[in-house]
Amino acid sequence: MSTNYEERDLGFEREYDRTMPRGPRRLQRRKICRFCIEKVDLIDWKDVKLLQSYIPERGKILPRRISGVCAAHQRMLAEAIKRARNIALLPYAAD
Amino acid sequence: MDKRTYEVIFIVNPEAAEDEVMRLSEGVQKIITGLGGSIVKTEMMGKRQLAYEINHKKDGTYVLLEVEGSGSEIAEVERRMRVNDQILRYMTVRVDEARRRAVKLKDRRARKAAKQPGSGKAKQAAAAEFDSDEEGSAG
Repeated sequence: MSTNYEERDLGFEREYDRTMPRGPRRLQRRKICRFCIEKVDLIDWKDVKLLQSYIPERGKILPRRISGVCAAHQRMLAEAIKRARNIALLPYAAD
Repeated sequence: MDKRTYEVIFIVNPEAAEDEVMRLSEGVQKIITGLGGSIVKTEMMGKRQLAYEINHKKDGTYVLLEVEGSGSEIAEVERRMRVNDQILRYMTVRVDEARRRAVKLKDRRARKAAKQPGSGKAKQAAAAEFDSDEEGSAG
């Protein structure tokens, strides 16, 4: 019968392990919009280097929830990326 | 009618010689000045790789113009570019409105800073403190 207890203990352990990393993840440092810090008022669609840092390999626009860009700057950024795509400075879709 | 500012960018066939690119660019400028517009800036961005193929071409020569005018010269220039097969692609962006908005934002920020001196700094300090608190609890 002792094996039975052990099994139950293991089950508890497993659950504990699964929930543990969830706690600290929520405490992740709050991301702050880098355009606000740098006081950017206009995002140039010709600035390929800057725009490229907001399109991961797939070529999609990086969502705000990941980059931490504020809503106003995300709108400017999205517009700039779309313009750059139109003139083949950036890809619509990569591979 | 008030003046508008545009950025006109076009991609020329990479096989075209440099003087042909110059000729095309001058032709565009002549159309604009002929219709009452003015050229603010010309920039030869040179040959660069395209992010995707256009007409089976992998690269192209970029030419950028900054134009001031009423808008009718843009229509004419675009019509010409559409039929020119040396021009792979063109795009016109109106920039005066966005620039005006940027100036407005800048002014607003300046006024805000003048009203509450050091508030920006205080906010940053508070944010930094918040960050360090979180890091402390996580570690």
